[in-house]
Amino acid sequence: MNEEIKAIWRSFYDWVVGNGPRPENEVIPDEPPPDLPFTRKPKDKFSRFHEATLKERYNQWMEIHGLHMFSALYSGISVLTCIVIVSLLLATVAELPPFGDERNPANNEVIRRYVERGGKETGAQNIVAGLILDYRAFDTFGESAVLFTAAVSVLMLLGASRRNNADDEQAMKGNDSGKNFMQRGPPSVRLHTFRRDDAILRGVASLSMPVIMMMGCVVVINGHLSPGGGFSGGAILSTALILCANAYGFERVHSFFNERTFITTSSTALMIYALSKGYSFFTGANDIHSVIPKGTIGNILSGGLILPLNICVGLIVAGTLYGFYALFSEGEI
Amino acid sequence: MMQIIEWLLLIFLIVCAVAVSVSKNLLNSVIIFMSYSLVMAVIWVLLQAPDLAITEAAVGAGVTSVLFFLALRRVGQLGHKREEKTEA
Repeated sequence: MNEEIKAIWRSFYDWVVGNGPRPENEVIPDEPPPDLPFTRKPKDKFSRFHEATLKERYNQWMEIHGLHMFSALYSGISVLTCIVIVSLLLATVAELPPFGDERNPANNEVIRRYVERGGKETGAQNIVAGLILDYRAFDTFGESAVLFTAAVSVLMLLGASRRNNADDEQAMKGNDSGKNFMQRGPPSVRLHTFRRDDAILRGVASLSMPVIMMMGCVVVINGHLSPGGGFSGGAILSTALILCANAYGFERVHSFFNERTFITTSSTALMIYALSKGYSFFTGANDIHSVIPKGTIGNILSGGLILPLNICVGLIVAGTLYGFYALFSEGEI
Repeated sequence: MMQIIEWLLLIFLIVCAVAVSVSKNLLNSVIIFMSYSLVMAVIWVLLQAPDLAITEAAVGAGVTSVLFFLALRRVGQLGHKREEKTEA
């Protein structure tokens, strides 16, 4: 009986493996053949008499000395690279024309035109503002668009992860997912906690925040009259917003500036920028007389489109920089 | 006189730039970087570029440093650790 089952099993095994039929009188040895003397055993790595090959020796040596070698090589190469780059840059600086020399290649007819007729052509007392928002307005538009795109990407990236977390929590909770669908879950990592006893910060903030805000507004609105402009004024405004968020908590800023406000303001500002500059590009390219008055130089309402453009850029920059801060610290604007 | 102040500021700038990379503590690095931006803003004023000075003071010393502090806090390198820093 036993032999019979074994035979059936063996034939089944042969069929599975794919061997041919076995001879009937096959003898299967119970134990492997004994080790014959003077035969070559397979090499045992841990044997005492094992002779290491060249590759194994190299591997062992690398295990012991490799990291040391690598770090020495790494620091050597980095020092060498630093020395080469620094000497190249210093050589380049030594070759530069002297600072402030009137025969420099930068002092050409372009800068003469800007200095002599910039005020008349752009209506701006601050020539730099006239330069970047009138002569070179296309560049500034690109910069604003890049900044806005970066902010929107960060918003999408961090906002998407936050929403996924909230969805997971609700899925774990199960039945009340429909009820809480509109309500956002709490941010996963809450870094800033609003401490009510921070009297020093709140006192300093209450004194300095209006001044900073006003400074930002002045820099933005007087962009065509005095140094500054949209970008720097917007940065100052955003620092005021960050100070407010730190001193009084994010809820305080939320009351007048949230995600919807940010998106609306930035998109509107960009649209206004694009449309107004598109108008001036169109009229300038086709020799059509622009209807926008230049105003008298020195007045607050002068400089043609520079004042609204400054305000647009300032709004975008303020919202974006504060948005970065709020997104990274709180997870939402 | 002005020349001496300018030289002092420039030397301070170089010292700051080296100290940022040498300093072991990341918080110190960010604070030194802030002072670098501040000195740079003063130098922009001395070079008669007030536009750049305003931007450097607002962005370099203000917003960038705040973002650096935030990043340090995110990765837990900000000296004193707080107990509410737990994953939800």
